[in-house]
Amino acid sequence: MKITFQINGVEREIDSPPMKRLLDVLREDLRLTGTKEGCGEGECGACSVIVDGEVINSCLAPICQMQGANLLTAEGLSRDGRLDPLQQAFLECGAAQCGICTPGMLISARSLLDANPRPTRDEIKEAIAGNLCRCTGYIKIIDAIEFAAGARR
Amino acid sequence: MAVGQNVLRREGYEKLTGAARYIDDIALDGMLYGKTVRSAIPRGRVKTITFDPGYDWSRVVIADYRDIPGDNYVALIENDQPLLAETEIRHCEEPILLVAAESKREAEIAARRVIIEYEESAPLLTIEQALNSDETIYGSDNIFKRFLIARGDVDEGFKQADHIITGEYRVPHQEQLYIETQGMIAIPAKDSMTVMGSMQCPYYVHKAIKQLFNLQDEQAIVIQTTTGGGFGGKEEYPSMIAAHAALLAHKAQRPVKMIYDRSEDIASTPKRHPGIIRHRTGVMSDGRLIASEIEILFDGGAYATLSSVVLSRGAIHAQGPYKCENLRVTARAVATNTPPNGAFRGFGAPQVTFAYELQMEKIASELGIDPLELRRVNMLREGDITATGQRLTWSVGSEAVLDAAVERSGFVEKRRTISQNNSGAKRRGIGLSFFFHGAGFTGSGEAKMKAQAGVEITPEGRARVLAGSTEIGQGTRTIFCQIVADELGISYDDVEVEDPDTSRVPDSGPTVASRTCMVVGRVIQLAARESKDRLLQFVAERFGESEVKLIEGWFTADGKRLVRFDETAREYVNLRGELRAYARYASPPGVEWDDDTYSGDAYPVFSYGADVAEVEVDLDTCEVTTLKITTAQDIGRAIHPILAAGQIEGGTLQAVGYGLFEELVWDRGRVVNNRLTNYIIPTSLDAPEMETIIVEKEYPYGPFGAKGVGELPMDGAAPAIAAAIYNATGALVNEIPITPERLLAALENMPATDSRQARSDQR
Repeated sequence: MKITFQINGVEREIDSPPMKRLLDVLREDLRLTGTKEGCGEGECGACSVIVDGEVINSCLAPICQMQGANLLTAEGLSRDGRLDPLQQAFLECGAAQCGICTPGMLISARSLLDANPRPTRDEIKEAIAGNLCRCTGYIKIIDAIEFAAGARR
Repeated sequence: MAVGQNVLRREGYEKLTGAARYIDDIALDGMLYGKTVRSAIPRGRVKTITFDPGYDWSRVVIADYRDIPGDNYVALIENDQPLLAETEIRHCEEPILLVAAESKREAEIAARRVIIEYEESAPLLTIEQALNSDETIYGSDNIFKRFLIARGDVDEGFKQADHIITGEYRVPHQEQLYIETQGMIAIPAKDSMTVMGSMQCPYYVHKAIKQLFNLQDEQAIVIQTTTGGGFGGKEEYPSMIAAHAALLAHKAQRPVKMIYDRSEDIASTPKRHPGIIRHRTGVMSDGRLIASEIEILFDGGAYATLSSVVLSRGAIHAQGPYKCENLRVTARAVATNTPPNGAFRGFGAPQVTFAYELQMEKIASELGIDPLELRRVNMLREGDITATGQRLTWSVGSEAVLDAAVERSGFVEKRRTISQNNSGAKRRGIGLSFFFHGAGFTGSGEAKMKAQAGVEITPEGRARVLAGSTEIGQGTRTIFCQIVADELGISYDDVEVEDPDTSRVPDSGPTVASRTCMVVGRVIQLAARESKDRLLQFVAERFGESEVKLIEGWFTADGKRLVRFDETAREYVNLRGELRAYARYASPPGVEWDDDTYSGDAYPVFSYGADVAEVEVDLDTCEVTTLKITTAQDIGRAIHPILAAGQIEGGTLQAVGYGLFEELVWDRGRVVNNRLTNYIIPTSLDAPEMETIIVEKEYPYGPFGAKGVGELPMDGAAPAIAAAIYNATGALVNEIPITPERLLAALENMPATDSRQARSDQR
């Protein structure tokens, strides 16, 4: 099945079985391996991507639903090799340790800040509750998102 | 100076842009995908293996134990665990057979078409069963290992005691739950085998691959790829999966990738040892501990693997950071027909810490002494002697951490407020824990291992760290660069780290035991010093100067700049060839350990911690919310304060999970909740507010004063939360995780008056 969508600002067309997971299309067909698989059942959030402004778990979405959609993955956050303020905040605050949850975490954080540019710490916690991190205790991630929100003001 | 500064982490850019390559992100031409066929029973024999005749097996590569050219075991301590079971089955999920196919899906289908028939035997599934059964599954008594630590005269101590208090504490399995599952790619060549993947210890894997194929050192090449968390879970098991991938690759003569999915990873890989710990403590009326008898039982699972060393650390830490002159610790690791338990951050210490800290709460309560006061009366201070007879002579931050945590949290005042007005359905509680952790290998481990690391000065004028120690998220690459930069006197940006690849870096020992900064960091510092000395001499000769220094990238004499570091490096390499300096670890002076009597300096130094936990308990639902944890940890020196705080916060939250949520459910030797849907780790909404205080009692033999930080944070939160729940409800729950079910049971079992009190207050 031929499916056309926009990803990280670029128009792509792929030929794929319709029920192939979006996660596998990203990682295998498009070689965008920044999106990770942690559980394969929508619990860990490592595979989070933004589709038409909403965060979804790409391990639960079949590619056939992406016709005409606008997708953003972690690779699409930086521009010309320059980190965006959220990534920079993660780097400076120590929000990435092993890094495997980081792309999904950044995606959820980006989606939050797009909808709510000045979130409280509780709102940040709520927004990343679907993204598991085993390294940080979440403190530095919450700090980084708060810091990035402040920097954007 | 770079040390003490929050420089940007070395591999941060790649991790933030999605560019970092983890093992599953790598695809090679002609690569096959491997899958493991595992036992469905906990104990018995393989009767027949049938390959479904309805399936086309010509497209699949199959390997079993008969394909192993070397010896059939995972090289570790006892070498008792087979890479692939032959006929005897000792636990569920034991690997029996391997298949490889063109796609992951095809390999999974093929694996399901292998039909194994078994002859089952009655399994021993718990510590009690293993100790009380006539059946033997290991040796003559189902005991992998025993330790005895004895000091003074315990019987006499109990005679003198004013009070004798006993307690039994139970701790569960815990899954490491790194978010990146285990995975490897093996690449065969004519005379060598290369394995790359997610791991903590490249040289463990190297040893396993060598013995699998009878290879020489240089014929086995092991490369760590970016690793998505380890926490101990990628200490020993990667040798198994690497050997499996390599065996398939050898047979297929093509690269083979093996990536575990989450359910396979949780079901089959090692966990934290569950245990039963019994305390009998003799106490004087003023709170002094006069006699202590501690029994430790750890469930090792079906093979010895690392159980002896986990048990050893557990036994040494069992008395906690408390003085007691008459003491006996007996420790046993027991064999059961469950998957082997192994390394998990803390390595035996979190188990015993939960027990000794709850025992302290119990003693305080029974004697009517303030629990903080009880800790202060008994704590080890500088000059005091530990359970193994070690005199603490340097870097003892015990008092400092307890004071800091208590003051910063407002412990005393909050506890008073709570005792005055705690009623209604939602109860507040505040509790503390005080603990220590020995960094580096136990006993003579480091002295025997003599970890090696090096520093190379490149012709480009950069310094490159050569070590087998791995970055697993904790910041190895960053702190190594900081240490070398400051030792040499050059910029952090001019130091790099060679990738952990056994063909390029020496064996600096495994990335475990809180040893990477304190032990390997020290060796790297010495190697940097050696390389600098050679350059200083070179410059001295060239300029005819006697007193040359290297400051901020310039060689100077009498305060005058002579020549730049990078220029000198280039010239040195041109004239004299490669500049690589290596160093080896040597124990600090006076550090001695006796393996026979299990006494002496168990570790060159301890790190110390104190946690204060504040909780809210809902008496209607028995749910516990951890509101805040204030933690003070003495780690000698924080090479990188943000990274150090990250270790403390992350370890503390893992310990919150250990104390409240994380529980594996077993059915006839098999984990039934092997998914993230039902094995619950803390989310951001479960994470308490944390206040972290880093205390720096410099250790003279650590790099710039640093001690270990990796494991210490895992020790304290579970008992602090249990103490806070005790404070909130009056129920001392002696088993974790403290789920609503367990708390309800404990509340119902409370003496009638206390329980009625709690219930009537509520109404």
